[in-house]
Amino acid sequence: MLGINTVIAFSLCYVAFLFFVAFWAERRAKRGNATWLHSPLIYTLSLSIYCTAWTFYGAVGYAARSGLEFVTIYLGPTLMMIGWWWILRKLVRIGRAQRITSIADLVSSRFGKSTSLGVIVTVISVVAATPYIALQLQSVTLSFAVFAQSGGQLWQDADLNATATWVAVGLFVFTVIFGTRNLDANERHHGIVIAIAVEAVVKLIALLAVGVFVVWGIAGGPAEMMQRIDNSQIVLWDQDGGRWISLIFLSGAALLCLPRMFQVLVVENADERHLAIASWAFPTYLFLMSLFVVPIAVVGLDLLPVGSNPDLFVLTVPLQEGKQGLAMLSFLGGFSSATSMVMVATIALATMVSNHIVVPVWLSLRPSQQAVISGDIRHVILLARRLSIAGVLFLGLVYYRLSGGGTALAAIGLVSFSGAVQILPAMLGGVFWRGATRLGAATGLLIGLTVWLWTLFLPSFGDAALIGQTVLDQGPFGMAWARPQALFGIVGLDPLVHGLLWSMLLNTAGFIIVSLVTFPTPLERLQGAQFVNVFEHSAAAPAWTTAAAGAEDLLIMAQRIMGSEQAQAIFEREAVRQGKKGFLPEVTPSFVELLERDLAGSVGAATAHAMVGQLIGGSGVSVEDLIAVADEAAQILEYSSRLEAKSAEQEQTARALREANDKLTALSIQKDAFLSQISHELRTPMTSIRSFSDILRDGEIGLAEQKRYSGIIHDEAIRLTGLLDDLLDLSVLENGQVMLHVKTGNLGQLLERAIGAAGGLGDAFEIRSAPDLGDMRVTTDLDRLVQVFINLIANARKYCDAQTPCLRISCADHGDSYLIDFIDNGSGIAPENQQLIFEKFSRVADGSKAGGAGLGLAICREIMRRLGGDIAYLNGQYGTAFRVTLPKEKPADC
Amino acid sequence: MSGGRKATIFLEQAGYRQRRLRDALRVWPVFGCILLVVPLLWSLDPSGQPGNAAALTYVFGVWVILIAVTVLMAWALRGDDPSNPKP
Repeated sequence: MLGINTVIAFSLCYVAFLFFVAFWAERRAKRGNATWLHSPLIYTLSLSIYCTAWTFYGAVGYAARSGLEFVTIYLGPTLMMIGWWWILRKLVRIGRAQRITSIADLVSSRFGKSTSLGVIVTVISVVAATPYIALQLQSVTLSFAVFAQSGGQLWQDADLNATATWVAVGLFVFTVIFGTRNLDANERHHGIVIAIAVEAVVKLIALLAVGVFVVWGIAGGPAEMMQRIDNSQIVLWDQDGGRWISLIFLSGAALLCLPRMFQVLVVENADERHLAIASWAFPTYLFLMSLFVVPIAVVGLDLLPVGSNPDLFVLTVPLQEGKQGLAMLSFLGGFSSATSMVMVATIALATMVSNHIVVPVWLSLRPSQQAVISGDIRHVILLARRLSIAGVLFLGLVYYRLSGGGTALAAIGLVSFSGAVQILPAMLGGVFWRGATRLGAATGLLIGLTVWLWTLFLPSFGDAALIGQTVLDQGPFGMAWARPQALFGIVGLDPLVHGLLWSMLLNTAGFIIVSLVTFPTPLERLQGAQFVNVFEHSAAAPAWTTAAAGAEDLLIMAQRIMGSEQAQAIFEREAVRQGKKGFLPEVTPSFVELLERDLAGSVGAATAHAMVGQLIGGSGVSVEDLIAVADEAAQILEYSSRLEAKSAEQEQTARALREANDKLTALSIQKDAFLSQISHELRTPMTSIRSFSDILRDGEIGLAEQKRYSGIIHDEAIRLTGLLDDLLDLSVLENGQVMLHVKTGNLGQLLERAIGAAGGLGDAFEIRSAPDLGDMRVTTDLDRLVQVFINLIANARKYCDAQTPCLRISCADHGDSYLIDFIDNGSGIAPENQQLIFEKFSRVADGSKAGGAGLGLAICREIMRRLGGDIAYLNGQYGTAFRVTLPKEKPADC
Repeated sequence: MSGGRKATIFLEQAGYRQRRLRDALRVWPVFGCILLVVPLLWSLDPSGQPGNAAALTYVFGVWVILIAVTVLMAWALRGDDPSNPKP
């Protein structure tokens, strides 16, 4: 017969063995040859802390009470693991990129390294973990009691309480020794990891051994077992759908949100590829752990007396059958499940408490200029962690005492789970939604915490233990809508589904609504972009733009946290990298960033950021950095499209300016040419007038000569007058001082007049005029119009370079106006000159051939504009072509 | 000439398969959820309630399938470096 003392001796030996393995692993890790510690196998086994004493003992009890429902607790994580590509992969990547130390650190870091959010998440986690730790203490205590009973002693409450206390003390010692030995930059604890891996194997083997014994040893084979299950008093499938779905969701979410699961899944993950293997290996582990649960429950109910606690069937069935060794193995399995969970959970919680509550408080209590000693913060943190471990265990003990230790294990576990998943909306929202803000997250978390406390946590102490029966029945102060298990008058839901539904709904709603209406700080947006787009941003954005602090100050601070050895190593490494002599590197923003990250690995992002910020001064992130770094897609897009529009506009302006400039340059050249031309034009007749008048004055010539010379003088004077008339005419036209004499006439007659005046139809120049000009009447200044026609015809006569020059004149009736085209068969005007011909003083050809001074077309255009029409060069006519547009009646305002 | 073309097509196919494998990874848990919700339909007809053994076999059978397919996908993914996933 196994006595209680034998069991205690066995468990002490087992603990000593774990000590030895943990020490050995730490030693190996220190010497650096511990690559196998980072294998996917160890990773998967460390995940098995999901299976606690609740699984080991509680699952059988759960199955005995509620049938297949127990399996939901393992199906949720299975779905979450096989869907690792969705969420876990991202969490692991973020955890590694940002050096996340805990789930509180994740939430705090995402929302602008907020200290207050870290505190809220820490509080939720600690409160939610308390029932769970109580559950472990309860199960270990009960398992001891089973052996005591089988040894003939019947334990009273006092014995149970004393045992629970001793178990807690033992766990505290083990956890402190291996969990707080160092402030490892990555928060990886090799000793603990290997210890829980060993325990994972032990509990799996133990449960499988009991299962095999039950199926083959008692039932006599799988077929007989199935027969027995079919005939059992347990109804396996008796579900209302709400609970089935809620529990699958709850357990899947808990896999992400439980602090200890976050610790092993994300913080202790050494390689993302391990996740791919764990995606099937961990569900397999869960499957094996669940495989024999129903057979054990069925056989236990058959074999054991009515009223025995089904939570302990794993232990009592082998004992009943007299299998002492198997019972001992089973005990060790249960012991392993409980201890590994408590160790990791307390470490995770202690990290959160020390980083997010103790250190910020301690730092704010001490003025920063006070003399500092190397490693002082490190000592504070280590002390805080040890005290936190003690505190968490103590809380668990208190819960155990308060709840009376009589509740079913599964019920306690579910209360704990539903508390932990209150972090889910803030966490997933933060990881997938850029718009989530700090205030939104805080609101959601606080609402969730409150609703959970009211609907699930407080009632879990048993009816009327903490809140009276009247409150349960009628609500606080008679407010019936606030009854803990019937909020807003919704009665009849299962209490767990009710509490979970309301807390998650209100939590998520609060989170989303407040996020939508609040505005994030720059650091929040920066972190948000880095978290949500973690796969795009593999390199972190610099959070510090100025590095005003001295390297020495930074070193002193780093030493306070890490201890001098480690801190100096980091600084020296950086100095070497920068190629500097000595061991103080240049303080560049990237170095400050690196240092902050290293510090964050020890004290969490919020504290590290605050401490570095104290030295660097002010906030590290400006809005400009944010725009530059956080790829604010919308902003950049808008900015660039604005730039594009602006540059197009500028291009247009530039083109117009260039054209104007070209025109000006050409004009200025033309003007120079004109000036020399006009002086030449004026000079030539003046010279001949002067010389001929000289001859006439001398008077020694004959009459015929006299007559000829005075004729020349007369002609030259006329030419001069004509030139001066033109200039005068143009200036009058341009100044708008011209008087117009409006009369009505026939267009055909006007053209004939012009042809006659321009030199008639003589010589070789041919003018073809359209025949039907007879009834085209026009009311305008007829003399001015004829002047335009004369000018155009004369131009054609002068410039047409065809062998048989020919001018075609055509008229078209175009509604209110006539279009009169003058088209010759010359070589036309080059496109670059078409702009210029209507300018004053312009002349396309060099002046030698032309008789005028280049004013004719300028005058024509001025006249036509006065008459309300226009004159333009006509393209594409195989010759020089002008189109005169003439209104049939001159508008009054011209 | 044709050999060169074949080679490019082959590379394209590898990348294509990899992307579809990632799609499968995403979809698989959704299938899992559906399979695990199916038992709720049993409750609709009280006379058609399955026996204990049948219910147990269904749930654990689905579980085995879920794990087996995930093993296959993890095996197919082994060449894919998750540290450098293309979005």
